Amino acid sequence: MPEVLKAPLVVEFPFTRSLGPVQSAFLTGLRERTVLGVKTTDGKVLVPPVEYDPVTADELRDLVEVEPTGTVTTWAWNPGPRRGQPLDTPFAWVLVKLDGADTGLLHALDAPGPDAVTTGMRVRVRWAAERTGAITDIACFEPYEGAAADTGPAAHDGRFDDAVSGIVAEARLDYVYSPGRAQTAYINALADRRTVGERCPSCRKVYVPPRGACPTCGVATTDRVEVGPAGTVTTFCIVNVKAKNLDIELPYVYAHIALDGADLALHGRIAGIPYDQVRMGLRVEPVWTEGGRYPDHYRPTGEPDADYDTYKELV
Amino acid sequence: MREVAIVAFAQSDHLRTTDELSEVDMVMPVLHQVLAQTGLKASDIGFTCSGSSDYLAGRAFSFTMTLDGVGAWPPISESHVEMDGAWAMYEAWVKLLTGEVDTALVYSYGKSSPGSVRDVLTRQLDPYYVAPLWPDSVALAALQAQALIDAGETDETALAGIAARSRESASANPHAQVKGSVPQGDYEVRPLRKGDCPPVGDGAVAVILAAGDKARELCERPAWIRGMDHRIEAHSLGVRDLTDSPSVRLAAERAGAFERPVDTAELHAPFTSQEVVLRKALKLGDGVAVNPSGGALAANPLMAAGLLRIGEAAARIHRGESDRALAHATSGPCLQQNLVAVLEGDTR
Repeated sequence: MPEVLKAPLVVEFPFTRSLGPVQSAFLTGLRERTVLGVKTTDGKVLVPPVEYDPVTADELRDLVEVEPTGTVTTWAWNPGPRRGQPLDTPFAWVLVKLDGADTGLLHALDAPGPDAVTTGMRVRVRWAAERTGAITDIACFEPYEGAAADTGPAAHDGRFDDAVSGIVAEARLDYVYSPGRAQTAYINALADRRTVGERCPSCRKVYVPPRGACPTCGVATTDRVEVGPAGTVTTFCIVNVKAKNLDIELPYVYAHIALDGADLALHGRIAGIPYDQVRMGLRVEPVWTEGGRYPDHYRPTGEPDADYDTYKELV
Repeated sequence: MREVAIVAFAQSDHLRTTDELSEVDMVMPVLHQVLAQTGLKASDIGFTCSGSSDYLAGRAFSFTMTLDGVGAWPPISESHVEMDGAWAMYEAWVKLLTGEVDTALVYSYGKSSPGSVRDVLTRQLDPYYVAPLWPDSVALAALQAQALIDAGETDETALAGIAARSRESASANPHAQVKGSVPQGDYEVRPLRKGDCPPVGDGAVAVILAAGDKARELCERPAWIRGMDHRIEAHSLGVRDLTDSPSVRLAAERAGAFERPVDTAELHAPFTSQEVVLRKALKLGDGVAVNPSGGALAANPLMAAGLLRIGEAAARIHRGESDRALAHATSGPCLQQNLVAVLEGDTR
């Protein structure tokens, strides 16, 4: 079996999220070096604050200011920082109960090594030099010698000038994508300017592009069959919207094409004919560009149109 | 209430990578096996439900590809959960309880090898306060492990013992990914060593459910589902007591787990420290066979590992090795979500 194809696949999304009144106050507060919590109906102070009580689901709006110092409630030493994490040198993940708070905030602790970290140790916020209104405005925590302040949390109206109303949550995940056996064979054949499908051993239908299984019979399709090159347009649409980074003149036609010998229509762009002359039954053939690994588009073969009865099952 | 049982169970071998296999290539043999065990054809199945996650594949609607392996034409009654297959089974169980159908096929799969699971799982965290810090799944489990150590509930030696026992049990499991004597290795995130963490791998699982007489007809000793329940806790780790799992206790109570002792418990504890939490919350005595399959420390195909626990527990009942078993599935960081099923065989 030839080796399956593989290629890097990067999925990135900058999610733009709006903030509610409590989250907005908290994240704006971080920008101003002020840590806010929220009081629950039974008087506990949650930091980071949420808009609804995790136990009772009561709406919470009663903001208080807590200290930027606190106590580690649990920790874990991370010897190999990963992309995106707060520090790029080994550090401890910590849950910190800030002075005045009753719950833990998750963040990183900058410490020389695991021997310098204990549950119960005192820490303080190290602020990021540039702050935007995000959890990363806390650069990390650092060891701190001082005792807990004995003043309770102070009431805070949560108002700041120019409050942040949203965050952009950047995400990036890296994959190595493999299309598997069936699609590897299909893609490799396309590079040789051939189109191969797979036949179901049970119902004898030929699937193009093959995905390795017959959706009707639920069995593996392993019998490889060459189809085309020509085919019939079974249906089409006229595209009037330009896709990003796509250098094709508008309008253009996108069609379902039943290649000769295939029992499933694949799709492709139709060119070489005015867009308003494309029709169901039009006979087309693939056109490869120089060095292309797949057909760039399909063009009319000049044959008479196919009878509707010959492709009606595939519409 | 209508009697519903698990009547068939199959799983793939769980492997570190399966490059040559697409998702449907991986799932199809498992589907064929459960159908063959019952003699049912795909067209005989009343309801089909699957579990998987697009984030593992890095592609939207990736689960639709595996439907080709089910034979979804002519049209079938089908559903999908973006969760472990245990939750898909819960949906199928409810569907059977309504009386609308008599059989259900439930499958799930995870192909973790194309990406980095530790990074992928950060995307299920609170996007405002937590996800921007990229704390990975091992780091969060390690925070829980340290909390347990500080509370005197366990220590590193005891955790190593859980790892050793699990992989030793897995020696008898031909599908397991990591088995036998495996060194604990270096710290991944202290206090968790490599041996305390689950393997990353690809795999698939399927079960068939049937109601009443249909179940008796399809299986010599059906694994009757006496109860099933799932519960969730607050997403913020800082508001939870990480040394306890009130959600698993409540799910177990609602599933009827505490009415009589169980002889087997298949626990979905991807990290050794999580078994400590679960044993305590589920009040499991020393006489209970915990994870005789090797558990998630031996094979942890994401989205399938929970349904695997249920399947393994059911298979023990099918084989007559258990009369009353508890099966557990989890999802989310530090046992955030928990599902418990109680399975019984007919008295012999």
